[in-house]
Amino acid sequence: MTPLLLSAFTATSCLGRGLDATRHALRSGRSGLAPCAFETVKLDTWVGEVAGVDDERLPTALADYDCRNNRLTRLGLETDGFGNQVRDAIDRYGRARVGVFLGTSTAGILQTELAYRRRDPATGALPDDFHYRTTHNSFSLAEFTRDYFGLEGMAMAISTACSSSAKVFAAAARQIELGMIDAAVVGGVDTLCLTTLYGFASLQLTSPRPCRPYDAARDGISIGEGAGFALLERAAGAAPGSVLLLGAGESSDAYHMSSPHPEGLGARLAMEAALKSAGLTPADIDYINLHGTATPANDAAEGTAVAALFGDRVPCSSTKGATGHTLGAAGAIEAVICALALTDGLLPGSPGTATPDPAIPVQYLLERREGRVRRVLSNSFGFGGSNCSLVFGVAA
Amino acid sequence: MSSPLRAWIEGIGLIAPGLPDWPAARAVLRGEQAYAAAPSVLPAPALLPPAERRRASRVVKTALAVGLEAVAHAGADASQLTTVFAASGADGHNCHALCEQLASDDRQISPTRFHNSVHNAAAGYWGIATGAMAPCQVLCAYDASFGAGLLDALAQVALMRQPVLLIAYDSEYPEPLHAKRPIPDCAGVALLLNPEHGPRALAAITVSPTADAAEPLADAELEALRADIPALRALPLLQRLATGDAGRVCLDYLAPMQLAVRIGPC
Repeated sequence: MTPLLLSAFTATSCLGRGLDATRHALRSGRSGLAPCAFETVKLDTWVGEVAGVDDERLPTALADYDCRNNRLTRLGLETDGFGNQVRDAIDRYGRARVGVFLGTSTAGILQTELAYRRRDPATGALPDDFHYRTTHNSFSLAEFTRDYFGLEGMAMAISTACSSSAKVFAAAARQIELGMIDAAVVGGVDTLCLTTLYGFASLQLTSPRPCRPYDAARDGISIGEGAGFALLERAAGAAPGSVLLLGAGESSDAYHMSSPHPEGLGARLAMEAALKSAGLTPADIDYINLHGTATPANDAAEGTAVAALFGDRVPCSSTKGATGHTLGAAGAIEAVICALALTDGLLPGSPGTATPDPAIPVQYLLERREGRVRRVLSNSFGFGGSNCSLVFGVAA
Repeated sequence: MSSPLRAWIEGIGLIAPGLPDWPAARAVLRGEQAYAAAPSVLPAPALLPPAERRRASRVVKTALAVGLEAVAHAGADASQLTTVFAASGADGHNCHALCEQLASDDRQISPTRFHNSVHNAAAGYWGIATGAMAPCQVLCAYDASFGAGLLDALAQVALMRQPVLLIAYDSEYPEPLHAKRPIPDCAGVALLLNPEHGPRALAAITVSPTADAAEPLADAELEALRADIPALRALPLLQRLATGDAGRVCLDYLAPMQLAVRIGPC
């Protein structure tokens, strides 16, 4: 693909709001996970909750969008000056020429879960103040973002579970490459809700401790929430050192709804496709941000695929021990972590992981490392066997 | 300037209320057969293993059936196809059951219900059924979902130079969500889009943005289907394909952006 410039990017997670909070946590090896105290949830698990989400107020004209997921969307958009960069891009290109491509797994489903506690005792009806379209629906965060910036062009939500906000980079890149748009707001937002907390618990995929990606004793995920965004534009004239999207690769497992292909075949296809899209070989990659959810099956499958392609030459880590698994936001948040790896020369470690699984022959980073990083790969794989790998680099 | 979003349509699949498949819909859209309202008929997905087939939800049945109809129409191999799934929502009945249970004193939801709750459940079952390891997209743009799917599918055709199967589909919610999102029934539309002009080509399609309004269908009942079920926003395009008349139709997308669709002869 033709490289694209990330002219702005930002991430908010349990590590904190914005790039400085994120890079400081990654440098110090801090985790943002804490025992679950979300809403009325009673589960023996740890979560990565973002502070202050429910203090965020939406503009009055967009009040129907009000829900935890759109509060976090707005909070994320107005972090690191990202919103102003989007407004500048709209001034440059026009309202119809900036697209919106956002990933989510559950959008504002929490709003529906809460509304079901307030059904009319006689009729069973949901309360009048519940707005399905602008909160529950998977498109709500993309429509909110489009309306928030007054955009008039294309928009879509991608919902392929935990690969959602990696795949947005590929979809937006296609439309820019074809000249349908000049820039795109890409990213992902997912927020804590009962469906995912009780759902992953029902699958026995949540850990009772902070998650330990790639650890020999790993025993499940810690669910997180977060918002990650990037502004994609054509890279012509990009300043040296700017972060570029170099390639994207997508594949399907065609195997099982909630278990990865045991040899990581789909994961391998996605990584190979991303390298091909970037015109690179495995030897060109300096760091891999793994999907690394910390379930026994995911890390074994992904590790097998990474080892088959890269051997143990490339330093790699999952940052989910720091952020938790932010599900539909994970691809975007980890893309931003990759951008920080490139700009700061920072290879993140893996809070929570003590003993890397000896059965997975990759060069797994327990502690952060500093060094020259030119090209990185980020993996995101989802339920239903939907895989996406992205390659990022820096402008020469 | 001609739009880069163009392809050859090689296969069509359709299920809608009163329109059980594409040949039946084609006859109605050509005016050869009167429209007769009836609930959507959703065939059991023969490709799925028996356990999954029995448990397949209405939304999964809809998506798989229209996808397979388009693949068969084109004589294509489903295991080799890149797919784009576009749906305005996931499985409404499953969503209702989860929300009801999560509002009760017993929140221990079923793991199967949980994994079936994802927006990409139909795409996941499609992969298991067909063995396709090619990229699979799953989009949502509320009422604009068909248009969003068409934009991404044609972009993939243009850049990957490979056939792409677009499957747009919706299912209804039971009450009380139905009152908030009144989709009346399941429906789905599938188009197999090929970058090359092959012997199976049915028509050429080119899509570009416009600000024009979508023209309503002349038949009031068909127009109601178009307006009530997001995937059936494609009906004006399907009517062109049914009659074989080349020309331009406008489809609803995301106000103020609409899609001008030009259908050309082979």
